[in-house]
Amino acid sequence: MPDPIRVLTSRVALFDADDVDTDQIFPAQFLKVTERKGLSKYLFYRWRYDEAGNPLGSFILDVEGFRDSKILLTGRNFGIGSSRENAVWALTEFGIRCVISSSFGDIFYNNASKNGLLCVRLGDDAADAMRNSVREGKLVVSVDLEKQTISYPGNQFAFEIEPHIKERLLRGADDIAFTINNYEEEIRGYEARMPKYMLPFRP
Amino acid sequence: MAFESLRVSGRRVRRPDLTFAVMDHNVPTGDRSVPVSEALSANQMLTLQKNTNEYGITLFDLQSPMQGISHVIGPELGLTLPGLTFTCGDSHSSTHGALGSLALGIGTSEGEHVFATQTIWLRRLKQFAVNLRGVLSECVTSKDVILSIIRTIGTGGAIGHVVEFRGPTVAKMSLEERMTMTNMTIEGGARTSIIEPDQKVFDYIRDGPFAPRGRDWDEAMEFWRTLGSDHEARYDRSLDVDVDPIEPQVSWGTNPAMTVGVTESVPSLGDFHDAGDRLAAEKALKYMGLLPNQRISDIPIDAVFIGSCTNARLSDLIAAARVLKGRRVSSSIRAMVVPGSQSVKRRAESLGLHRLFTEAGFEWRNSGCSMCIAMNEDKLSPGERCASTSNRNFENRQGPGGRTHLVSPLTAAAAAIEGRFVDVRDYGVASVEELGLEGAVVA
Repeated sequence: MPDPIRVLTSRVALFDADDVDTDQIFPAQFLKVTERKGLSKYLFYRWRYDEAGNPLGSFILDVEGFRDSKILLTGRNFGIGSSRENAVWALTEFGIRCVISSSFGDIFYNNASKNGLLCVRLGDDAADAMRNSVREGKLVVSVDLEKQTISYPGNQFAFEIEPHIKERLLRGADDIAFTINNYEEEIRGYEARMPKYMLPFRP
Repeated sequence: MAFESLRVSGRRVRRPDLTFAVMDHNVPTGDRSVPVSEALSANQMLTLQKNTNEYGITLFDLQSPMQGISHVIGPELGLTLPGLTFTCGDSHSSTHGALGSLALGIGTSEGEHVFATQTIWLRRLKQFAVNLRGVLSECVTSKDVILSIIRTIGTGGAIGHVVEFRGPTVAKMSLEERMTMTNMTIEGGARTSIIEPDQKVFDYIRDGPFAPRGRDWDEAMEFWRTLGSDHEARYDRSLDVDVDPIEPQVSWGTNPAMTVGVTESVPSLGDFHDAGDRLAAEKALKYMGLLPNQRISDIPIDAVFIGSCTNARLSDLIAAARVLKGRRVSSSIRAMVVPGSQSVKRRAESLGLHRLFTEAGFEWRNSGCSMCIAMNEDKLSPGERCASTSNRNFENRQGPGGRTHLVSPLTAAAAAIEGRFVDVRDYGVASVEELGLEGAVVA
């Protein structure tokens, strides 16, 4: 069960690239590992290691002072591409609890919501303002999920989030239990109504 | 991993009878009578076997005659049906929308939720109509259409939307051509894609071993015929595309929106007004080893891959064969065909297509995702440049350091012969009749 999120306060790491697909977050070559643990060493692998596997040290999350950042600010369309949830697991194991972008790949966004990773969609203008503030120096921000705000000295932005995702992140809840406890009867009813032609033919 | 988590929480698979498994992503495409040599892949396959056994789920394993890429076998086996809600742990699940099914690519946790509850939480999606009009030029395919659409809308253009393809051009396309488009809408950010089902869809699934039969079939048809969109349906967004001017497309960069027509050139950095786009283009050109303004037809290639859930169905192989007829692959090129399923492979062999490919200098392999994702031994070497019929040209996608150009099967085949990209429209391509296939071609 993921840890609940209420307020996150952390220095912001800026990874200023657009269209960062899940292949970049977690390369396919490491997908054959059948464990959820130990994936953070492959996070942003090609950005962080050379061809021989030596750390480059230049990627923002490897830079002194940013290693413990819980909040990652990125360019637009973060997490597009493959549905691999390993991308989310690698981020959370590394310590990232919140990603801020003007848009996210839909499947990544859903996967994140199930693993205690808050994705904040921020308008282009607010994202630009934040980006400039990070560039100007150390930026520590507070993300308040309950109030749906991001704030730092001199600035506060509101963000939208789906109510059921907010609830799930606030409580670190198991949504399978939630579905079964609240909708078992509806599911059963639907199954009883399903016409035979919807079922795979079995000899 | 979803099974593991299910086990830990003491839950069961609610409907094993509605759940199917297939080995596709990491399977070797060479000789299937020998054990899988790669230890991690072998372990992953063994784990799937154990789990599907324990939970009573039908598995199409490496030895199954029904094995293939999930998005190829679903429709082929009559498992994908119009009106079904369908989930699969792969982003290209949108493919199945071409049959009028609501097909959703999901991650592991959502997969576990589906296993346990047979349901999925879904925010109401926005609707994006893509209206296709006009007639495609000879040798221009639905792959070229979808690449040019993604070029127009960008990789995030359809985020949060279901893309519905509509219009007279879609009606004229075969189901396999439509699947190439629904497959790639995810590359434009779409949550999924859909097309209203018609007689072509019904004919395609009719003989599938899992398709409904007898009276069930008749009832199904009655329901399926009601699934079209209303004429006055309103959409959140729409895009009208005239397909007449579309030429064969070739991607030049490291995402599918970085695409131009075959007669065009790699863009110059001055073409990008947005600073972020310019930076991305610069990085892409460096990775791809290309120069601004370089003509597409001047790019020499090293490898050709015909395969993947985008373009490895029988009609795709026939299209490539039309180009290869009477020609030979350039001596500097490594070329392979990986059929989308073992059924595609068998049907192609019964037409004699395998001989046409191997005589032209292509490797003829067994089915799997292969060099589209490079999780098996089929991969590019660093710097190697490939004309590929797959769907993603991301950095390292086809192997570390590999360079991918996304193209149609016809353009890929012509590139194999010339060792560079050519315009297939003026390449003297044989008709299907001229192939002299050894049996009837069923569309």
